[in-house]
Amino acid sequence: MEIRLTLNGRQLRAEIEPALLLIDFLRAQGCLSVKRGCETANCGLCTVLMDGVPVLSCSVLAARASGHSVQTLEGLQEEAEEFVGFIADQGAEQCGFCNPGYVMNTIALLRENPNPTDDEIRAYLAGNLCRCSGYEGQLRGIRAFLNARGTKEVNPHA
Amino acid sequence: MPETKTVGHALRKKDSMGLLLGKPAFLCDVTPADCLVVKLLRSPHAHALIRSIDTSIAMKVPGMVAIYTYKDVPHNRFTNAGQTYPEPSPHDRLILDQRLRFVGDPVAILAGESEKAVNRAMKLIKVDYEVLTPVLDFHTAKDNPILVHPEEDWEALCPVGADNHRNLCAHEVCSQGDVEAELAGCDVVIDHTWHTKACQQAMMETFRTYTEMDPFGRLHVISSTQIVFHVRRILSIALGIPKSRIHVEKPRIGGGFGAKQTSVSEVYPAFVTLKTGRPARIVFTRQECQIAGSPRHEMEVRVRLGADRQGNIRAMDVYTLSNTGAYSEHGPTTVGLSGHKSIPLYTGGLKAFRFGYDVVYTNVQAAGAYRGYGATQGIFAVESAVNELADRLGIDPVALRERNMVRQGMIMPAYYNEPANACALDRCLTRCKEIFDWDHRFPVLDMGNGKVRAAGVAMAMQGSGISGVDVGSATVKLNDDGFYSLTIGAADMGTGCDTILAQMVAECMDCPLDNVIVFGADTDTSPYDSGSYASSTTYVTGKAVEKACTQLREQILTLAAEALGCPADELEFTGQEVRRCDGTASISLVDLATRSMCNNNTAVQATCTHSSPMSPPPFMVGMAWIELDKETGAVTLLDYKAVVDCGTPINPALARIQTEGGLCQGIGMALYEDVHYTDTGRILEDSLMQYKIPTRLDMGHLQVEFESSYEPTGPFGAKSIGEIVINTPAPAIAQAVYRASGVWVRTLPITPEKVLMGMQGKA
Repeated sequence: MEIRLTLNGRQLRAEIEPALLLIDFLRAQGCLSVKRGCETANCGLCTVLMDGVPVLSCSVLAARASGHSVQTLEGLQEEAEEFVGFIADQGAEQCGFCNPGYVMNTIALLRENPNPTDDEIRAYLAGNLCRCSGYEGQLRGIRAFLNARGTKEVNPHA
Repeated sequence: MPETKTVGHALRKKDSMGLLLGKPAFLCDVTPADCLVVKLLRSPHAHALIRSIDTSIAMKVPGMVAIYTYKDVPHNRFTNAGQTYPEPSPHDRLILDQRLRFVGDPVAILAGESEKAVNRAMKLIKVDYEVLTPVLDFHTAKDNPILVHPEEDWEALCPVGADNHRNLCAHEVCSQGDVEAELAGCDVVIDHTWHTKACQQAMMETFRTYTEMDPFGRLHVISSTQIVFHVRRILSIALGIPKSRIHVEKPRIGGGFGAKQTSVSEVYPAFVTLKTGRPARIVFTRQECQIAGSPRHEMEVRVRLGADRQGNIRAMDVYTLSNTGAYSEHGPTTVGLSGHKSIPLYTGGLKAFRFGYDVVYTNVQAAGAYRGYGATQGIFAVESAVNELADRLGIDPVALRERNMVRQGMIMPAYYNEPANACALDRCLTRCKEIFDWDHRFPVLDMGNGKVRAAGVAMAMQGSGISGVDVGSATVKLNDDGFYSLTIGAADMGTGCDTILAQMVAECMDCPLDNVIVFGADTDTSPYDSGSYASSTTYVTGKAVEKACTQLREQILTLAAEALGCPADELEFTGQEVRRCDGTASISLVDLATRSMCNNNTAVQATCTHSSPMSPPPFMVGMAWIELDKETGAVTLLDYKAVVDCGTPINPALARIQTEGGLCQGIGMALYEDVHYTDTGRILEDSLMQYKIPTRLDMGHLQVEFESSYEPTGPFGAKSIGEIVINTPAPAIAQAVYRASGVWVRTLPITPEKVLMGMQGKA
């Protein structure tokens, strides 16, 4: 079947198998940041934005993306760069395999809630598993970013 | 320690921004996708023989290229354990065997043009199984008439006490003093058995390997592995081809924790590529990772702990029964740590100890090398026994430890008579008590709403590399522009060892971290390194880096002496230039580096190797504060505080993250991560839906501090950090649960059911 979508701002038309999952479609399109960590929609590694809303691309058919706008970390480098350096300062990226998923979800969080509390951050990112870091360093990084941004103008996407 | 510019500083990992921005770095990002898809048909039975297998219909699926069965593979027994040869783990595997030993044991290797074709073909393979009775209970495995490995070509290369005709993978007893006489003379003896499960490593990137033939006709293997050199040897033995025909490298690794110290996935695509000449790739599903991966060894540890009324611990008798599952990987070695890295914590006044073990084969998933490597299991038992002793004697468990713990300068008889050269365990305990506010939190606090708050404590130790075995090497090279390349065979699996070792180069060569690039690991180009495991990289490979830099500095002085026309001993190297001590002449490093590339006979590249006769233990203390719901038995972890002595933390940020990550895994093991087998041997928790690793809502608040000691044999005084950090949560949380509920849960995980049934007297 044919699908048409906007991927990272680019209009795209593709012929796909109806059963193709969005994650596999995206990786085939070169969006290699999208990672698979499980087959049961439990790990959050494959998080992408569909019309600005975070979805698990392992649980969405590529066909469902037809007519929608999909963004992966490849398309949101600048927005991510605003805060991921603070996570790097903590060493909390560790192996890095889960990073794209929780970075995408953090982007979604900060758009939705530019000044989240620690508990709000934990709750929003609860579906993003990480086996290396113990999570605290990720939280410290996001908190350090929010503190550094301080009273400056909040995210224009909000 | 002298003032340092780079070592001891919390610098960013060199690959951090690339990883955080999702740049292609991992196996499936950097290997071609248009290769053969390799998948395994796995046994549905825990124990069976293949009577017949018919692949002819399956091969008719369009796109299928090959299906291999036990009839097609070389008959060379090997082990997947990534250990220095000769491996202590007996050689008990074939690539494919007619006998299937656990639910998930490979029956056939399928290779096809697409995943779809392979999945379809898998359903069309006809196998006639002769289903046999499995050995599922590890208590009855030893000397069971049913043998997991009856084959005559099973081979133990090392004297580990293994006997395949008794289902024994290893056996040993060692002791010092008369433990029975000492126990008989003790006022109190604690005698219980503690049980830990075959916890899954659950690294986010599952096992995966890509293979191709290179233009020289050699097998090129790219794999997510901690052990490139061991993989080369394992493949050589299994495939029956010379090591010179194999080239193994690793890309970035999506987590290891020891799982990738076993060659779990490499041999299958390697065999396909050798047979077909075509590139091939295998990617384990999460389910395969859960049922045929490399989990922790399930252990039952019986501790008899004797003390006098004043709380002086006099004798300890530890017996461990370890379940290696269907194959031997790391069975004979993990078990040793359950005693040798728990008993020495109480070297203080211990008069006698005995440590014995049996490691048995059963028809479940083979275990492997998981962070902590047996110490985790032993420390859960010994630390719990000490906590029960404190309770029995009515002594504060911190005070009991202060009275009995190992201290700097002591010789540790249960740790191969190694000295505690650098040991800040006492300071760790004092500091942890302070930041935890132990004196106020230890008394049980009834919240008046059916909930109770309580605290627990545990100590831990580990090693730093395998003494007298592990080899670390480093090559440091000066390049034009005056930057350095560091080449290693150790594997950064996210821990940051590439950066930590580069920090050491920067410190030794007196340059910024950005002036050092790191490459590794690759069997064709890296100097030999056993690999990244056993908490060895910082301590062992780090020392090799230090040595190589010393040699390179000498080479730089020699080169400068030629350039400046004076003896080398009149020169000093500042990092940016070499100058005469009297200040009359100098040459910049950049000019020297350029000069080294024209008409030069002096190498500016040094390779050094290091091995240590000792394995200095890091030490730590952890304290848990929980809230227990008396109505449901549910435990909520509120706070976990830990203080670690890893010698000198080379990169305090990375050391902290290692600690927090290890604590989080330890918390998962203590409270959530369970493994159940059906009565036919199938694992129930075969996905991340059933196997519950902690989310960020499940681990309370962690706080980590360091109490540094200076280990004279380590680089810059460093010991290790990677493994020890998983060891304290289980015993500390178990004690807190007892304090809150009156129930000692001695089988992990501590589920609400166990707590509640214990409270109702139905344990």
